[in-house]
Amino acid sequence: MRPFLYQRASDSNMAVQALGAAAAANNPLTKATAQPLAGGTTLIDLMKLDVMRPATIVDINPLARAWSAIEPGSDGLRLGALAKMSDVAAHAEIQRSYPVIADSLKLAASAQLRNMATLGGNVMQRTRCNYFRDVSYENCNKRNPGSGCAAMDGVNRMHAVLGTSDQCIATYPGDFAQALIALDATVEITGKAGTRTMPFAQLHKAPGDTPEIETTLQPGELISAFSISGRWPRSVYLKARDRQSYEFALSSAAIALDVQDGTIRNARVALGGVATVPWRAREAEALLKGQKFDEALGQRVAEAAFADARGRRHNSFKIALGKRVVARALQQAVTMEI
Amino acid sequence: MSDKSSSRPSGFDRRAFMAGATGSVLVPMTARAAAQDANAPLAQDPSLPVEVTLRVNGEDKHLSLDARTTVLDALREHLKLTGSKKGCDHGQCGACTVLIDDRRVVSCLTLAVAAEGQEITTIEGLATDDRLHPMQQAFIDNDAFQCGYCTPGQIMSAVACVKEGHAGNEADIREYMSGNICRCAAYPNIVAAVKQAAPEIMKG
Repeated sequence: MRPFLYQRASDSNMAVQALGAAAAANNPLTKATAQPLAGGTTLIDLMKLDVMRPATIVDINPLARAWSAIEPGSDGLRLGALAKMSDVAAHAEIQRSYPVIADSLKLAASAQLRNMATLGGNVMQRTRCNYFRDVSYENCNKRNPGSGCAAMDGVNRMHAVLGTSDQCIATYPGDFAQALIALDATVEITGKAGTRTMPFAQLHKAPGDTPEIETTLQPGELISAFSISGRWPRSVYLKARDRQSYEFALSSAAIALDVQDGTIRNARVALGGVATVPWRAREAEALLKGQKFDEALGQRVAEAAFADARGRRHNSFKIALGKRVVARALQQAVTMEI
Repeated sequence: MSDKSSSRPSGFDRRAFMAGATGSVLVPMTARAAAQDANAPLAQDPSLPVEVTLRVNGEDKHLSLDARTTVLDALREHLKLTGSKKGCDHGQCGACTVLIDDRRVVSCLTLAVAAEGQEITTIEGLATDDRLHPMQQAFIDNDAFQCGYCTPGQIMSAVACVKEGHAGNEADIREYMSGNICRCAAYPNIVAAVKQAAPEIMKG
């Protein structure tokens, strides 16, 4: 690991100042010379691998007093960005009113990592693409812009089939972000100029020609909270993976439904493990609205969700697997007792 | 290893024996004795050591460390608490699991400087006087290890697993212990050990 200066944030002003110093020279954010430390489960790991090389680390854990509240209300939910994954997953009201959130967190990582990792850090985690994480591979457009992509013709079994470009096919690895995107969450961002909010769906950027730019967050900005309107008791997170526990998704689905008298009034479908960013399948949702669910509809929805998917040599199985995951998750959401 | 008589401290220290056998010399690091000012500015030059006070197993330890030092390396290399093991050093295997403020974490991804002011509990802090912690005893009773390398991490994780209320049935134990990898695949016996110790731990 390279040497760094450790700074402990006394408050959010100090944190954004320290992170935003020389911000123009620090773009893109993934290469910024100052990085925030929350749980550290991505940052310290990638620093040990020499993938991330910050000169300064700003420990934002002292902000947890203000930024870690879990606040379910009558008209929605607010989650502080420094709340720990384990605390949110274990919260009775989250389990009752937002099972898709509780399960997406519970099925991620290990108990130890969930005790460390924060919600804000979780959505900012970097891809698990082996060619990105191992600096002995020179060709990684995300790590060395313009160097090419070793995954294109490499072993790309874990890679994305949706949202890819000819520059990058790295999978977005998280689970919780799919729940957020399915529930139309808003993300609250704190920077020098104060606080701004935007749809969570606008946070992550597909790789396109600039895979080193992963989010619209700027140096000197921190995620401070997430909020969701309404309650979503009829929601599920289904995750298919190589092991039963403690493994990233090969394919996952976050589903949230509003069903009245057997008719689907509102439907949300998001996909994980198969796309370069947290993926909202709006075409699939449109097929569900106003319909009564049956197996045939589930199949059509699954087909629609993967209509634009593009497989490569080793990952085409994800398209067939992903459709089955969507169909099964829908079935579970329709039949669950709430 | 299921002979209970071997569970008593014998005065034999495997690490001291190995260090002597390989001819290396362990030089104890002299901690700075000066009282730490919690509000003192941290080093402004990354090449300078940072002064860190870690509270480990109920005792304050003053250390002068490279800011890059993890809690795991601080324990093993600076405090000679070698019970916590370095497996992958990337947060994947769980061998380095310790409790920080009573929550299980991987110490290999925790910076020592960021753990100041928190209560760190390691495998060395579990037993009371000459009595093993119920989870330690349960691992011995159930032969829940072969090579033993992952065992300190397994035991720390298991203690937390029980206290979190995630040891009610075998499926839960397996799910919530999945962050601790056992190369020898002693998993069935580890599950049995957690089941045995759980009621006693919950009883307090």
